[in-house]
Amino acid sequence: MSTLAAGARPAIAHGMRLQWEPVQEAHVLLYPEGMVKLNGSAGAILERCDGVRTVEEIVADLERAFGATNLTDDVTAFVGLALERGWLELRE
Amino acid sequence: MSSNVAGLQPSPGVGPPLWLLLELTYRCPLHCVFCYNPTDFAATGPELATQEWLRVLREARALGAVQLGLSGGEPLAREDLEPIVAEAHALGFYVNLITSGVGMTEERIGALKRAGLDHIQLSFQDSTRELNDFLSSTRTFELKAKVAELISRYDYPMVLNVVLHRLNIDHVGEILAMAERIGAQYVELANTQYYGWAWLNRAHLLPSRAQLTRAEAVTRAFRERVGPRMQIYFVVPDYFETRPKACMNGLGNVFLAVTPDGTALPCHAARMLPGLEFPNVCAHDMRSIWYESAAFNHFRGEAWMKEPCRSCPERGRDFGGCRCQAYLLTGDAANADPVCELSPHHHLVTAAVAEAERSAADGAGRAPLVFRDHRISIVVEPHGGPPPAP
Repeated sequence: MSTLAAGARPAIAHGMRLQWEPVQEAHVLLYPEGMVKLNGSAGAILERCDGVRTVEEIVADLERAFGATNLTDDVTAFVGLALERGWLELRE
Repeated sequence: MSSNVAGLQPSPGVGPPLWLLLELTYRCPLHCVFCYNPTDFAATGPELATQEWLRVLREARALGAVQLGLSGGEPLAREDLEPIVAEAHALGFYVNLITSGVGMTEERIGALKRAGLDHIQLSFQDSTRELNDFLSSTRTFELKAKVAELISRYDYPMVLNVVLHRLNIDHVGEILAMAERIGAQYVELANTQYYGWAWLNRAHLLPSRAQLTRAEAVTRAFRERVGPRMQIYFVVPDYFETRPKACMNGLGNVFLAVTPDGTALPCHAARMLPGLEFPNVCAHDMRSIWYESAAFNHFRGEAWMKEPCRSCPERGRDFGGCRCQAYLLTGDAANADPVCELSPHHHLVTAAVAEAERSAADGAGRAPLVFRDHRISIVVEPHGGPPPAP
């Protein structure tokens, strides 16, 4: 998964749904008969995976939003993991 | 009753009922021998009206419920399924329809899609027409295959659910091949849990250990071949385990079921538990049911536990197992689930397994299979004490 291209455009996988749950104060990922409760950074990354933005753009946006630098490795690693788990898919 | 069940104070740290299951009706065209519905379902009250279901949805969603199962019986028997789905979708539920497929038409599957249905779980009884139709006492095999095709065409994620037991577990390879053929993304090979009608038929349904080992090996090999494009869950029959399942993640912790007549339960099978008055959604709002009712608080925490659970280092992991199983097998719902080898009643489970092995070998001394049926439901109604052991 380390080969994930910076120009790839990840999107929430078909049949999955990301939404904010006020009662849990967290983003959750919903799929057939299951749910993953996401921590803050996972939620922040996934909500930017809209199939339009590239990984590079997502990183830039997160660095701006959180006043951080050097997020590329963390974001790429998480996107890789999310692809592996079937939470995300790549769009052309 | 434990100290925190005076009924007014929610237990500290009780989370939201994340999983809401609405059993919309007990009507079902099938007569499955392993159905978990209560054997006295014919004696329950009238089904809730549409508006009452919609109110239940709104109140539960406000509490934080987010996964919704629409089940039964056969939920397609409700003509108002589409408006119920539409309301649930508008509220933000992830909506799962759990169906036998009987009653599904192209018109309805399209209407459900427009209403916002997220996913369909389709049950098959077997990979063969003969056994599918025998086990459900219907001619439904071809119809289910057509529904599977509709599910794919209308672009729903498809979960195929097959309840396993002695009569079909040797077909696991064929069942998985069928799942692959019809395009299921998820397969649940759910070994029968012994409640309701399945409890009555236990002597027929418990597989042998050899069957189970073979089925697990076949599943493993299939999983390796297809890789991640099909998720396969193999639910082991807990009678063969030495530790109990963490049933419902603890009663009253995440799961809330509502039966067709509006009875709220912390588990689908919990209505059998004696001494608990399960609240009805027509008389109480969902918040007070979940946080305040004595029935939902009763098995929260650990105050209800007896030895060996009370001092067991694993009690926080499995919550003592299944209360219904403890009740059915030992007559006391507060006992350790006898699946646990630390339970003084564990011999009841090993004896049932041994008895099943014997009766599978010689076929003698068995009561006939009982098919889920409205008329029989009136006859076998098991009030007072656990239902007779099979």
